[in-house]
Amino acid sequence: MNTAKQNPSLIRIRDLSRRYQMGDTTIEALRSVDLDIFPNEYVAIMGPSGSGKTTLMNMIGCLDSPSGGSYALNGTETAGMSDTQLARIRNREIGFVFQTFNLLARATALHNVELPLIYTGLKRTERLARAEKALQQVGLTERAYHKPGEMSGGQRQRVAVARALVTEPSILLADEPTGNLDSKTGHEIMALFDQLHAAGQTIILVTHEADIAEHAQRQIHLLDGQIAIDTGKSNLSREAVQ
Amino acid sequence: MLGWEMIIVALQSIRANFFRAVLTMLGIIIGVAAVIAMVALGTGAQRAVNEQLENLGGNILSVRSGSHLFRGVEKGDIKLNLDDAAAIERDVEAATAVVPETSGQIPIKMGNKNRTVTVVGTTPNYDSVQKYELMYGRMFTRAENQAKERVAVIGGDLPGSLETAPEMIIGQDLLIKGTSFKIIGIFEPKGTIGFGNRDEYVWVPLNTAQARLTGNKDLNSIGVQISPDVPMDIAIIDVERVMRREHQIIPGGKNDFTLSDSKQFLSMQQEAAEIFSYLLAGIAGISLIVGGIGIMNIMLVTVTERTREIGIRKALGATRTNILLQFLIEAMALCLVGGAIGIALGASAAMLMASLAGWSTPLSVSAILLAFGFSAGVGLIFGLLPARKAAGLDPIEALRYE
Repeated sequence: MNTAKQNPSLIRIRDLSRRYQMGDTTIEALRSVDLDIFPNEYVAIMGPSGSGKTTLMNMIGCLDSPSGGSYALNGTETAGMSDTQLARIRNREIGFVFQTFNLLARATALHNVELPLIYTGLKRTERLARAEKALQQVGLTERAYHKPGEMSGGQRQRVAVARALVTEPSILLADEPTGNLDSKTGHEIMALFDQLHAAGQTIILVTHEADIAEHAQRQIHLLDGQIAIDTGKSNLSREAVQ
Repeated sequence: MLGWEMIIVALQSIRANFFRAVLTMLGIIIGVAAVIAMVALGTGAQRAVNEQLENLGGNILSVRSGSHLFRGVEKGDIKLNLDDAAAIERDVEAATAVVPETSGQIPIKMGNKNRTVTVVGTTPNYDSVQKYELMYGRMFTRAENQAKERVAVIGGDLPGSLETAPEMIIGQDLLIKGTSFKIIGIFEPKGTIGFGNRDEYVWVPLNTAQARLTGNKDLNSIGVQISPDVPMDIAIIDVERVMRREHQIIPGGKNDFTLSDSKQFLSMQQEAAEIFSYLLAGIAGISLIVGGIGIMNIMLVTVTERTREIGIRKALGATRTNILLQFLIEAMALCLVGGAIGIALGASAAMLMASLAGWSTPLSVSAILLAFGFSAGVGLIFGLLPARKAAGLDPIEALRYE
């Protein structure tokens, strides 16, 4: 617990492993991963399919629990947390952006953005005010009462970004955010991410596209469940690891 | 706070699949409507029987000629007469009063109105034994009976059926089988008891009836009022003994008369009504359970359909409890809305049937609350399994679900 105070890492992963049982064979999706991510970093996690990048993202997003090792978020160890505690962390600390947007089709943009705040337990008036503010941040104020089906892919993804931001999370966690968009719209979304990063948002991006990854200052390449290359390790995290 | 949100979410998702929701609710609607209608009808029927029991005279045993089953066949064989009545009055210790009756369907006429009604010739103690109250006028007297006076007391519904005000009819003339009788009294209506409406009967002195209307000394029945201190089954044996002696029936011979205790008959009817209403309530309960299974079925489908939504909600921070409550409340909302419609339907059906049967509307708040609670319970029980399934979904797999 003391290390948490000395260490300014937002994410502190040590010797993290994740194994899946597939019939008789055990798949090691992550093997002894060490990783520190600091506030206001813009990190791209890359790697071929099967390299474990999605598993790592699920770990960081508290959707999955490690088979071994430790993961501390904001100095709080998450291993051994209950389902309810993990749900709380997802709600307060993590903002997810998915490749397939994952909006509720029946709800308006405003209601989609408001959704995480319902689980935070905020009052309706405050929820709506914050949701409107988040939509404004992504430039979609005028589409607030449209449903996802009435919007373009880029607009949908921007609603998803607004939904991720509305709880003011520590980390914006984006899984192939441009994967379902044409390149022009993809660039617009990436510009939005750059803008958010400039405003101080910590962003972790999972992608297999090099030009998307280049938006980030730091690239982490995974291979066979291990970190093969970490471009940012030299600057920030070396002293933190010591 | 969250509870209220959950209810809104549940109602929205019902609205989104409105037609399916209505079909799903149908089972509950029918079940609750059946429970409400059946319980109401059951209590209504019982109340009606109870009222009849109260209106019936004290402990009255009725002796009729012929055996009950073959009354039609044996008609004209052995009749009852006043000697039988006298013997019962004299020799049955438990008998506190004896009321001989002769009756028949006889045409009557008043002014230009013709009717055919049951005319009963009986003794002046008839009203006190059979618990009739006079609305107007008086009962005929022993002297009038002996003098074969042409006087009549009529049932409370008869003035209406003759289109005359009850208070105006006293002292008027009534033609019974062409003979003119003076109306001297009207009984209060008692309501239908068993078969036939006694409130449309006409009562005349027994001797007058025998002399002027039937032309013989036969009786149709003898009512025997039994002292309340004597058990009915003992009194029946006593009356049977006296009647067999009077009719000189050899030991082992068949009775040529029938003894019936009308109260016993009514209480049998009451028991039957009770069993019947339990049976119907049971069937209604089963249809509620079937409705509940329908709810469970559709909720399981809903959970599968909305797997991705559940994944999204979980990723955004919904706890197991949030998801469990969301689907449980949705199932309960289906049941409660269905229950409310069912209550409305069942209540109107019960009121309609009660008004057709002439009963008071026996809808009770407790029955409605019971049905409401029952449908909420059905929603809770049958919603739990699908809701647990939803709550237990793994968010990663749920998000990947196509």
